[in-house]
Amino acid sequence: MSAPIVILGTGLAAYTLAREWRKLDSSSPLLLVTRDGGGFYAKPTLSNALANNKTPAQLQIKSVEQMAAELKAEIRTHCAVTGIDAQRRQIILANDDRLAYDRLVIACGADPFRPPMEGDGAGEVQSINDLDDYSRFHAGLENAKSVAVIGAGLIGCEFANDLATRQINTSLIDPAPWPLSRLLPEAAGEQFTAGLQATGIKFCLGTSVKGVHKTAAGYRLELADGRQLSADRILSAIGLRPRTALAQAAGIARQRGIVANRLLETSIPGIYAMGDCAEIAGLILPYVLPIMHQARALARTLAGTPTTLGYPAMPVVVKTPACPTVVCPPAPGTEGTWQCLSVTGGLEARFLGQAGDLLGFALLGSTTVQSKALAAQIPALLA
Amino acid sequence: MKTYQCVVCGWIYDEAKGCPEEGLAPGTRWEDIPDDWNCPSCGVGKGDFEMVAV
Ligand SMILES: Cc1cc2nc3c(=O)[nH]c(=O)nc-3n(C[C@H](O)[C@H](O)[C@H](O)COP(=O)(O)OP(=O)(O)OC[C@H]3O[C@@H](n4cnc5c(N)ncnc54)[C@H](O)[C@@H]3O)c2cc1C
Ligand SMILES: [Zn+2]
Repeated sequence: MSAPIVILGTGLAAYTLAREWRKLDSSSPLLLVTRDGGGFYAKPTLSNALANNKTPAQLQIKSVEQMAAELKAEIRTHCAVTGIDAQRRQIILANDDRLAYDRLVIACGADPFRPPMEGDGAGEVQSINDLDDYSRFHAGLENAKSVAVIGAGLIGCEFANDLATRQINTSLIDPAPWPLSRLLPEAAGEQFTAGLQATGIKFCLGTSVKGVHKTAAGYRLELADGRQLSADRILSAIGLRPRTALAQAAGIARQRGIVANRLLETSIPGIYAMGDCAEIAGLILPYVLPIMHQARALARTLAGTPTTLGYPAMPVVVKTPACPTVVCPPAPGTEGTWQCLSVTGGLEARFLGQAGDLLGFALLGSTTVQSKALAAQIPALLA
Repeated sequence: MKTYQCVVCGWIYDEAKGCPEEGLAPGTRWEDIPDDWNCPSCGVGKGDFEMVAV
């Protein structure tokens, strides 16, 4: 029998690709290898699980057995890949076993970035980037009355809002002057802040965490501006770093992520990369919608029709019910200015180019209904 | 009224609530949503939704 297509990982990228490819090829062998349990869950549901009354166990949508059956695939779980032998077209496992691949897709995700912090509590700061992380965090919430969230980006704000719905005293700490600072202009940031404050969230902006010290009850956070904060649990959400070590050791080119072209192929023919680990056409876009576009293109390529990846403008819904928000940031490096318009119950911010053309937006509250119409006016991110 | 969940991203469509952002009025039945409609969160087609009990 010929060697299978091998997908490294069983996250959203891996499973979405497998599903799309199976629509085109129902019989060729497929193998997925993952170091986790392989159960399918939708990662975005981690940051609104409390509001939706879901326990970590309920977040798993399908067991690994169900996935294997549906995808007609072999799935190796709790099985870390430690190397890639591109010459022999094999992956190497922790026990030195080797598995042959016909073509290999790396979809190994990203690691939460951890800032250097002082103190005996620094090692106990948690971060959440998969269902197992979330299960641990959730278990510790049972007797927690307060949580400090480090990082007021998309994920930090979503978790803060979710915690606040459970009457947990939540603080959000970020060095920027307003939350979602890379996605929202100042006026929008202020309205967003007000929405979250109304649920009881406390903001510590313009500062960072210098140290974390254990106390009898929990932790004391020492902020760079001299303020002190106490919390029972601490969650860090300050960004992700693509997992590139495996690819790099195999001689695959990387920059911030594993470098891939618009066929999603890396510098070694027959090896592809997608999802949070990949830097495709210079872009790292750790969101679901780009993964969907990647999966559809790569599925066709793997099935024999080389297909170039294209991206339309892709708005991201920020899951903060305290201030419903949709952002569609301009392409990196785009010149332009923000124009904000306050309306009843919301705010519309448009990012306009020199000619007054719409290149991005941020919609808050009542204006989120315009997301689809505005996105249609924005030039494709990858035409 | 039923509820459907996107199998890719977990986004939920609740017939009772509809989805005004998508031009779907409250009470819009799943069958009445056009076949070329996509998940607003991740872009998968209608066929990748499954009915869920809530
Ligand atoms: C809390 C949270 C909320 C989010 N909400 C949204 C949202 O609302 N909308 C949106 O668009 N995006 C959202 N995102 C982003 C989105 O969820 C991610 O972009 C997406 O899930 C990434 O999928 P992935 O498959 O690339 O990575 P992962 O899902 O992390 O999968 C990586 C896989 O690789 C495996 N793996 C790694 N290393 C190895 C190894 N050495 N050997 C074997 N296996 C290995 C892991 O076991 C895992 O199966 C959110 C992210 C988070 C954390
Ligand atoms: Zn979806």
